Amino acid sequence: MSNTPDINDFAKRIRAHALRMVHAVNASHIGSCLSMADILAVLHTEVLRLDPTDPANPDRDRFILSKGHATAILYAALAERGFFPVSELETYCRNGSALTGHVSHGVPGVEASTGSLGHGLPMAVGMAIGLRADGRKSRVVCLLSDGECDEGSNWEAILFAPHHKLDNLIAIVDFNKIQSFGRVTEVLNLDPLADKWRAFGWHVLELDGHDIGALRAAFAGIPAVAGKPTVIIAHTVKGRGVSFMEDRLEWHYKSPNVDQLAQALKEIGA
Amino acid sequence: MRNTFVATLAELAERDPNIWLLCGDLGFSVLESFAAQFPDRFLNMGVAEQNMAGVAAGLALTGKTVFIYSIGNFPTLRCLEQLRNDVCYHGADVKIVSVGAGFAYGSQGYTHHAIEDVAVMSALPGIEVFVPADPAETRSIVRAIAASRRPSYLRLSRAGEPELSGEPLAGLHRPRWLRSPPADVCVLAAGPIAGACLEAARLLPGNISVASVPCLKPIDDGFVRRVAGQARLIVTVEEHILRGGLHAAVSALLAGERSRAPVVGLGIPEADKLSVAGDRDSLLASAGLGPQAIAERIEAALRAL
Ligand SMILES: [Mg+2]
Repeated sequence: MSNTPDINDFAKRIRAHALRMVHAVNASHIGSCLSMADILAVLHTEVLRLDPTDPANPDRDRFILSKGHATAILYAALAERGFFPVSELETYCRNGSALTGHVSHGVPGVEASTGSLGHGLPMAVGMAIGLRADGRKSRVVCLLSDGECDEGSNWEAILFAPHHKLDNLIAIVDFNKIQSFGRVTEVLNLDPLADKWRAFGWHVLELDGHDIGALRAAFAGIPAVAGKPTVIIAHTVKGRGVSFMEDRLEWHYKSPNVDQLAQALKEIGA
Repeated sequence: MRNTFVATLAELAERDPNIWLLCGDLGFSVLESFAAQFPDRFLNMGVAEQNMAGVAAGLALTGKTVFIYSIGNFPTLRCLEQLRNDVCYHGADVKIVSVGAGFAYGSQGYTHHAIEDVAVMSALPGIEVFVPADPAETRSIVRAIAASRRPSYLRLSRAGEPELSGEPLAGLHRPRWLRSPPADVCVLAAGPIAGACLEAARLLPGNISVASVPCLKPIDDGFVRRVAGQARLIVTVEEHILRGGLHAAVSALLAGERSRAPVVGLGIPEADKLSVAGDRDSLLASAGLGPQAIAERIEAALRAL
């Protein structure tokens, strides 16, 4: 098992990649990438059972990024994990590249294309059913944004998964409190979010999504309740790690300029 | 037709342990036997079509062949983006089965009339679109798509459709002659409305052939071109709007041909007034799609040549 310094280093590297990637092509969604960096780092250093040399192994864990706009940092994590060369990250969003601005399954290590919100969890549920039917030990992890909890399709899946006792399914909500056009509390309030999932029959864990120790402990204990799917409500900060991006809506859209990139890389210690 | 579908699927599921059936809380008196025989491969998804389509895609990505079943527009339009992104873009092995084509749900009203579904489904990437005319076609198509490993749309009418006369289906994508070989007037029909076309042909003097075209995507280019080169008039008939259905497919295919028969399209007018109650036959008659009306419209088209 990895130790915390390794995880922190992985998180630092994928943050730096994502910053450079969006800067290079003037892309959006860096705030959404940075809020889930620590979650991805824990998943890829010690949770997800994946083999980059055998990406189609039927016994692998499945990870679906339902908030498919935060794709730069997912591609960075997959490259760091060894699914493709880190140098390919330079093609992100460039003409002819497989690395599109929303997640695409042509990329090694990507299980499902997403980008329209509210699609990932139903697909994850289907995978969880299929894997369980085949007697596999694989787990399915689906990372959602808070904004996409507005989508009714998610609540159809949230209702369905506990009814079918899918304890091989883990949802994570990157609860950074900001959605596309405003604060969650102002656009469409989700509170009390944990109670809503609990009422639908999920085992709910609530934690600081930047606390590596808390994330490790949470994943290590899943499934905590046999026969129940687990959701981790991860309280996060949009733009986490870069002072001028933190908790700022505009970094859903803006891309750092040369000076901002240098400042951001310095702040994350890259 | 729906009973033929599920009976055929059960036969296939006995041999193929990867076949699953998901329904959107519909299928009373139709799906019970499958559910009882294969409880581990049948899921009633509840009244939640978006989740049904997404789950089907996820299941298919673990190696299953997944049929999703509901009525009218529910498994198609309600979850259209899931079909586009989750099913078709991934090339997931999912078969969308809709019962209640056209006016099959008669007096149930506008919400239950599936009259634009073929157009919308045909626009999706990589999907094949099937509109069988009778139980025999349904049986052949279900067997074939269960093994196709790609997304399909299967548009079924309802129950009690008669077996039509004519040659058997020669291949999954091939049209099937129901009446005489290519003739002066060639009627191409999609779905059980082909039965009304046969009646219309019998009402008319002269040499009128009728073919069922159960596969609208990919349409059999060679067949359509051959017929268009031999006949004086082609008439397409479908229980669907003309936009995006059989007529559109045939017309688009022939548009650039220098020498070919004209194509007259008979279909359901695009809705511009309140739906009224009526059984299927009555609604089809109002749309000019009863046997007598079809015959008269063919005669009028012949006079106009
Ligand atoms: Mg957010």
